Amino acid sequence: MSPDAATDVVAEPTGASASGGGSSRAPGRPAQEVVFPTRQQYEAVVGEYKDSGFEMCADLCGVDYLGHPGRRLPEGVSPERFEVVVNLLSLSQARRVRIRVQVPETDAEVATLFELYPGVEAMEREAFDLFGIDFVGHPDMTRILLPEDWEGHPLRKDYGVGRVPVQFKEAPGPR
Amino acid sequence: MSDVTATTPADGSGVDGPRPDTVLDPPLTGDSYTAPGPDGEPEGLVAETSEGPQELGRRSETEPGQLRREVGAVLRLPEGVAIDPSDIDIEQSDDETMIINMGPQHPSTHGVLRLMLELDGETVLRTKPVIGYLHTGMEKTAEELTYVQGSTNVTRMDYLAPLHNELVLSLAVEALLGVEMPPRSDWIRMLLVELNRVSSHLMWMATNGMDIGSTSMMIYGFREREMILAFFEKTTGLRMNHNFIRPGGTAADLPDGWEDDVTIICDTVLPRTDEYDELLTGQPVFRRRSEGIGTLSAEEALALSLTGPILRSTGVPWDLRRSMPYLRYDEVDFDVIVGTYGDNFDRYSIRLNEIRESIRIIRQIVEKMPAGDYRVQDKKVTPPPRGRIDESMEALIHHFKVFTEGFKVPEGEVYVAVESPRGELGCYLVADGSPKPYRMHIRGPSFVNLQGLPLMMRGGLLADAVAVCSSVDPVMGEVDR
Repeated sequence: MSPDAATDVVAEPTGASASGGGSSRAPGRPAQEVVFPTRQQYEAVVGEYKDSGFEMCADLCGVDYLGHPGRRLPEGVSPERFEVVVNLLSLSQARRVRIRVQVPETDAEVATLFELYPGVEAMEREAFDLFGIDFVGHPDMTRILLPEDWEGHPLRKDYGVGRVPVQFKEAPGPR
Repeated sequence: MSDVTATTPADGSGVDGPRPDTVLDPPLTGDSYTAPGPDGEPEGLVAETSEGPQELGRRSETEPGQLRREVGAVLRLPEGVAIDPSDIDIEQSDDETMIINMGPQHPSTHGVLRLMLELDGETVLRTKPVIGYLHTGMEKTAEELTYVQGSTNVTRMDYLAPLHNELVLSLAVEALLGVEMPPRSDWIRMLLVELNRVSSHLMWMATNGMDIGSTSMMIYGFREREMILAFFEKTTGLRMNHNFIRPGGTAADLPDGWEDDVTIICDTVLPRTDEYDELLTGQPVFRRRSEGIGTLSAEEALALSLTGPILRSTGVPWDLRRSMPYLRYDEVDFDVIVGTYGDNFDRYSIRLNEIRESIRIIRQIVEKMPAGDYRVQDKKVTPPPRGRIDESMEALIHHFKVFTEGFKVPEGEVYVAVESPRGELGCYLVADGSPKPYRMHIRGPSFVNLQGLPLMMRGGLLADAVAVCSSVDPVMGEVDR
């Protein structure tokens, strides 16, 4: 089922068995299929998965790997700061596939999947809101959870925790 | 905005353009607090409540792509057909329609959901949910908590189905740990989440009854739910936010006599679902308010990633318990309830019948509950039992370390999903080998399901908007996280 257009797409079952420890997987939990396209291949790879029966985009989220650069990646995938993780679901085959695309810090943008899966609308807005990853072509790229004048993207690893004054509009300053 | 202040250039700050009313402006102390924009931004109270671009804009000011999305034209057209501009423009111009604001404090929005509606008379043309009023950064908080503490955090997301949240986090952590769970812990978890599903659906029946005008249903729903919460209190110590299902098993075994309690709950709730049938299902007012309202096709539901009763109401037999079984759902017998028309009435019938199916599952669990451990006997994950602490120094140290430092989870990433009462509840967990998750993302079903609102409400009446919103069953704690 691996798309033939993207040649350096690596399908690697990860999960419990691949993550060391030597212990066996729990029964009844299938190995997870992960694909690593480049940013240029991303839209085409997702499109091919959609054509091959993945009817639904179950989840889309961002990850900031600033504090964990040495993560395990297959050969040929160069790690970048951000990752966009898409979980596609095939109802007909009862199967999931996860697509992890690397997004560099300096140019944090990636194509939107809105044309393929309109259901990513809110999820991409959430990733934009919390990580500052721009989804090019999204019809309404605004913040969704935070107020529109919030500064920064709180789920980034270099965003402070706890000691930031509340930034609501027109709020009085710290005393 | 104020020509009066422009005529008196007293303070030197307003060199270009009229200075906003200086009386209302608080003194600017911090760098992060910027003054209102120089040109014509809303001020004062308007500015405090405005979400700016997140709101529903006027038709003439909205870009065609966004407008198409908001009216749902993107989904109504078959694939490959170019969108005809008249599809979205044939409707009235700005001065014939009205944009009104519903929420975030409207009682029928189930929390702090704010809906902006464009109306033509009483017909809803466009809808935009504006969310985030309950956002507390729980995914960020999760990165600061250990895996042991994590379930106290996630249990507060979907506060009507807290045990499902704990379950999905625990399953994700256990998948990364690679531990094999003892059978009894799986069956205890199944018992609790099925009871939780019944209580959540009862709560939905209650609030839906209230929204549609059947206040007696509200009283009945809360009454039955109370029985289940009392059992939860007896088992876990708390009525909600239990922190009972934890990575590595459950916090304790079931209390003595749990079989009787559960059987009484089943024997009480099941006949009462027939009473609800009498009260609502055959009632002409209820049917006319729900049949054919908020319809959705299967293609639209799939495209919008809608799951749970909403997807099943369109006729797609998709239930993770059946299609991708977790725990021991492949060992119990139950039916997946599907609808036909994808309207409010189908969603009502599905939830009502899922209560019956859950009770059927619970009765089988009571019969099949095996003996054994309620948590995994892995010294890395599980703290030593209370009795050992009194006699062994090592056990005390070990216990202390599990709860202060937590246990280390090997590096890796995993996505696990369970069927919550609202749909697919997923957890994407990235571990970096430390005792804290590197990233924890919860795929909240309500968050995604809210995307269906604009499509389901379009062309309907304003009075039905409340009913449609209720039939989606959003829980704002999970939407905003």
